[in-house]
Amino acid sequence: MSVLFAFLHALALLLAVVTLAAFLTWVERRVLGFWQDRLGPNRVGWQGILQVAADMIKIFFKQDWIPGFADKPTFIAAPIIVLASVLLAFAVIPFGNGVDIVGALNVGLLFFLGMTSLSVYGVVLAGWSSRSKFSLLGGMRAAAQMISYEVFMGIAVIGVVMQAGSFNLEKIVAAQTHIWFIVPQFFGFLAFFIAGIAEAHRLPFDLPEGENELGAGFHTEYSSMKFGMFFVGEYAGIVLLSALSVALYFGGGHGPIFPPIIWFALKSSFFVIFLILLRAALPRPRYDQLMSYGWKLMFPLAIGNLAVTGGVMIALGQ
Amino acid sequence: MYVLTSLRSAWLTFKHLFHRTETVQYPEQMPYLAPRTRGRIVLTRDPDGHERCVSCYLCSAVCPCDCISLQRTSAPNQWQPEFFRINFSRCIFCGLCEEACPTSAIQLIPDFEMSEYNRQNLVYEKENLLIAGTGKVPEYNYYRVAGIDAFGKHKGEGPAERPPVDPRGLMP
Ligand code: SF4
Ligand code: SF4
Repeated sequence: MSVLFAFLHALALLLAVVTLAAFLTWVERRVLGFWQDRLGPNRVGWQGILQVAADMIKIFFKQDWIPGFADKPTFIAAPIIVLASVLLAFAVIPFGNGVDIVGALNVGLLFFLGMTSLSVYGVVLAGWSSRSKFSLLGGMRAAAQMISYEVFMGIAVIGVVMQAGSFNLEKIVAAQTHIWFIVPQFFGFLAFFIAGIAEAHRLPFDLPEGENELGAGFHTEYSSMKFGMFFVGEYAGIVLLSALSVALYFGGGHGPIFPPIIWFALKSSFFVIFLILLRAALPRPRYDQLMSYGWKLMFPLAIGNLAVTGGVMIALGQ
Repeated sequence: MYVLTSLRSAWLTFKHLFHRTETVQYPEQMPYLAPRTRGRIVLTRDPDGHERCVSCYLCSAVCPCDCISLQRTSAPNQWQPEFFRINFSRCIFCGLCEEACPTSAIQLIPDFEMSEYNRQNLVYEKENLLIAGTGKVPEYNYYRVAGIDAFGKHKGEGPAERPPVDPRGLMP
């Protein structure tokens, strides 16, 4: 019975996340529209809210084409890896109110880092198995960008782990009852958030896709629902990044009056909107700029943050 | 540094949330089209109600897309076209035909709503193109100002014409 319940619980969360991600595609276009003095999609349903359904119908009925020159098994596996790794990472997010699946997993944060590393494989394999130049270039960029940004993402969150004394995300949230980690770990948050954007290959760090130079980058050859999986994976990645930023640095579900899940959702949506705002506001850096930001600016920043955190903790005798 | 400038541009972008949107909600809200807008092509008539086109083929020759096809009638001393066909699926609405036309017969008007489900229906024949009025050039009648014998007007009787010179009467 409890097995069945756990299964249904997981299924419900998965469905919720996928629906949310699909819904975000409409939110993004609408909000981007307003920020560019346009209206965005507002025709299907009230204020265009059913645009998602229309897009779904369209994308399901598109021809699902695999190029003859592609490496078929890998080509099919790549989008599955991307979507699955992002969705699996949601298992450890501590939403509170019993919504989360294993928020108290003792290696929760490591599990998240592992899953984001896995999603790199999806992107790289997609680029490689397409056997087209644009896709391969996109895949190579993804590999270099995501692996180098992952390095200091890991280092940046270590500061939080040191202060909370655990990899358990629920304990990390519980450790922020008095003060959110954004205050002592500000630079850590900066490094984490920027690395997170690069991990989710969102604008301004969408070099693996780079529409105006690489066609569509690593998913140039993908069509129909296989493309849809990348798409949903990207938006689920945004939600994941926002949720994790909230859990690690903004006190998770802590807040007055409302139950934790409401606070968690509110804070997460703030970050989702902020990520969309970044897309509207910032240009894409050149590839060498991206690499040098990563290694020469963010990496030392994360290391420095780690050293200072350690020093202060020793000085305070914790 | 990067972070601060990025945040500043993010803030500037955010403020656009409260600006007026520029979108024109097209089918409900029609934009104003200036009379000179280059849209659907029509063939006009002169003030007397005759077809203006004299089958000179200039429009068809100048058209960069080769989408005008016409043929002069075989009747003697008649100059109107036997057929006049414009393929709007190729036309780019450049207006060169209008510029080339010596009689102001062919004119572009401010209408662009010509969608069809069947591509063949975009080929307009003369009866689809010809309108009853004079279009954008109300007074103009080519035969009145062309300086030739036509429609009961003799040489030199037109508005800005002088009587023809008699070459034999010219003394040195
Ligand atoms: S508008 Fe341009 S393209 Fe169209 S028929 Fe006239 S000359 Fe040809
Ligand atoms: S240029 Fe004018 S007069 Fe000549 S054929 Fe075309 S429409 Fe007729």
